Amino acid sequence: MDRVKLVIDGQSVEAQRGATILEAARQAGIDLPTLCHHPALGGGGACRVCVCEVVGAKNLVAACVTPADDGMVVWTNSKVVREARRTVLELIIASHPQECLTCVRSETCELRRLASRFHVDPVRFARRREPLPKDESSPSIVRDPSKCVLCGRCVLACSVVQHVGAIGFAHRGIETTVEPAFGDDLASTKCVACGQCTLVCPVGAITVKDDTDAVFEALSDETKHVVVQVAPAVRAALGEEFGLPAGTDVTYQMVGALRQLGFDAVFDTQFSADLTIVEEGHELIERLNNGGPLPLITSCSPGWINYMENFHPSLQDHVSSCKSPQQMMGAVIKTYYANKAGVDPAEIVSVSVMPCTAKKYEAKRPEMQSSGYRDVDFVLTTRELAVMLKQAGIDLRNVHHRDFDHPLGESTGAGEIFGVTGGVMEAALRSVAFALAKRPLEGLELEPVRGFDGLREAELEVAGRKLRVAVAHGLANAEELLRRIESGEKEYHFVEIMACPGGCIAGGGQPFSQDPEIRHRRASVLYAGDRSKGLRMSHENPAVKQLYREFLGVPGSRVAHELLHTTYCHGAPAHGQPATARDVSKTGRSR
Amino acid sequence: MRDAAVRSPQARGSSAVDASVLAQVDAVIERYRGKEGALIPVLHETQEIVGYLPRCVQSRIAGALRIPESQVYGVVTFYSFFAMKPTGRHKIGVCLGTACYVKGGAAVLQAVKQASGADVDDVSSDGRFGVEVTRCVGACGLAPVLSVDGDIYSRVSPDSVPEILARYT
Ligand code: SF4
Ligand code: SF4
Ligand code: SF4
Ligand code: FES
Repeated sequence: MDRVKLVIDGQSVEAQRGATILEAARQAGIDLPTLCHHPALGGGGACRVCVCEVVGAKNLVAACVTPADDGMVVWTNSKVVREARRTVLELIIASHPQECLTCVRSETCELRRLASRFHVDPVRFARRREPLPKDESSPSIVRDPSKCVLCGRCVLACSVVQHVGAIGFAHRGIETTVEPAFGDDLASTKCVACGQCTLVCPVGAITVKDDTDAVFEALSDETKHVVVQVAPAVRAALGEEFGLPAGTDVTYQMVGALRQLGFDAVFDTQFSADLTIVEEGHELIERLNNGGPLPLITSCSPGWINYMENFHPSLQDHVSSCKSPQQMMGAVIKTYYANKAGVDPAEIVSVSVMPCTAKKYEAKRPEMQSSGYRDVDFVLTTRELAVMLKQAGIDLRNVHHRDFDHPLGESTGAGEIFGVTGGVMEAALRSVAFALAKRPLEGLELEPVRGFDGLREAELEVAGRKLRVAVAHGLANAEELLRRIESGEKEYHFVEIMACPGGCIAGGGQPFSQDPEIRHRRASVLYAGDRSKGLRMSHENPAVKQLYREFLGVPGSRVAHELLHTTYCHGAPAHGQPATARDVSKTGRSR
Repeated sequence: MRDAAVRSPQARGSSAVDASVLAQVDAVIERYRGKEGALIPVLHETQEIVGYLPRCVQSRIAGALRIPESQVYGVVTFYSFFAMKPTGRHKIGVCLGTACYVKGGAAVLQAVKQASGADVDDVSSDGRFGVEVTRCVGACGLAPVLSVDGDIYSRVSPDSVPEILARYT
């Protein structure tokens, strides 16, 4: 029998065998407090905020790691439980800086919520810890270890989910910290800037570098022409910040809000996603025809690019030379658009709104300015955009619906699904298959590459040719896929890797959520967007065609290479220190 | 408090350990490669060979065992028997608790630094002495207090320091 029956707070509850008391209680509508446990990570058992009484057990047990068992009688709100829980919270808070008034996580802080929910009075215990210095070395991530409650969630995210291990527990007893090896700053580690740690940290101890002030500054500078591009995944999640149910598509409200905020033009990164597909598809076909190197691996996830450079530099010739859609858009804005709009590119401030923290790092790479101007000046995460809108008194629910500006606001359904794992693969295959077979794939939707299994593969026949493809998301899954490829166990023609588990919809800059269904809801926005579009293959995008006609020439042209492609680092530079100049001749990738 | 020496550039240096010693370390790693729970025994044996576990050695072990440096560092800083810097043959502790401080502990420390040739949390160049500042050792009536390898010296005057240290060769 795979179900167990137990009694929680006098209610009989049934649960799957193997479920924890916490899961059983939540199923029964009893919300036990937690701090170190996160449903997406497992883990727990460290903070003891979730303690409860099991009749017959010697001690209180941690509900998040104790399996529910047949016949168990559990009390979650008895006097001993309440007292124990409060003591635990008091001890945590006693060593915590009480900066809630000015803390970036104030509104979303799990500790602050617990403190107010359980009426904690911290004066019983003396302050136990000296403040530790902040670490602002990374262009993406800020560590404030004084606020760390040692829950270990970031450590799990970084080492288990992302296979990076940039941070870990160090020292012992009262001096325990979570920090990079040797007490270094984050910028000198192999951190890939994915921001997954910021998503799971319950408090303000690991947060995203805040660029909102810089963008407000630019917006209030009359001499600047401030333009913004928005990634697909943002429209699938921004609504959550304004109380809309997860899975609400807020594309047009978002554009309206950005105009109200004062941007001079609002562009869609889906346009440059289409452009990426045209360039990357061209690259794939060239490699298929000229014998490789294969597999071609996608390059649109800068967290993955950092991972490749830090851990698998020998794969760099396999990675597409395409810049990410964000950088392509940036380069097009400061050349083609500047020219069309009659604006001096030096006067343009190019902002992007991304679900991604690694894009902050990417935008700062020294080589990302082949037009002579920075492709992208500032990157905001979805969460930062929400903060700006709220500061400006703009409620997404009550703004005028507006559409993107032309021509860089036009996109196909293929550009839209870029924001979810498997989407780049699907978008690329639609166009590549069309180019090879001169007709669209049957049923444009490629089910085998959809979904959230960590590794997915598919084989399809196009114009008499077999194409084997694979998709991985989350860097631990990527690591496993690369192992199979490097060991020769598997051979593919084309591989998509996204650093974040779920793809951009669950990127490090997206709204916080512990809802295990969240990725499905957000993905459904993008898949619905794709279905609703008249054009669903990137190469059909009329604005992209026009861009080639008027400016770039043909895919893979010299201009395209100069503006839209890049080269990767030899060796393993730590992420905070991008290689100064990337010598194209040395890498031998200037085609 | 965090160990300032750990953050200093010298402590980070990677040239502190010579090649023949590193070769022995590599041999240790080789013996444990692929075994479950290899890290702690590798660190133990390495410390026996090198005397301590400098950063460059930890990185080497992390790389060879294919585990993150943060994990190696976490283990090294968790267990008190692992040391990240050379410890010196003789361990001098100068108490700077309130009582010792009032009775001239700082001057004693100054004298210790001079006589031993080692700074606080550092080792003299001949490897003979390592110097630490200790918290109150509970002998406040005997302040200022100095300890060498666990021997306690009470009511120490700065002048008597060289003579005390001379007993430890
Ligand atoms: S992390 Fe939470 S509890 Fe700590 S200062 Fe910030 S809001 Fe307050
Ligand atoms: S940003 Fe990613 S790689 Fe860097 S510390 Fe956080 S989880 Fe680890
Ligand atoms: S930094 Fe945040 S997630 Fe990491 S251990 Fe500290 S409180 Fe937990
Ligand atoms: S939430 Fe269960 S022990 Fe922390």
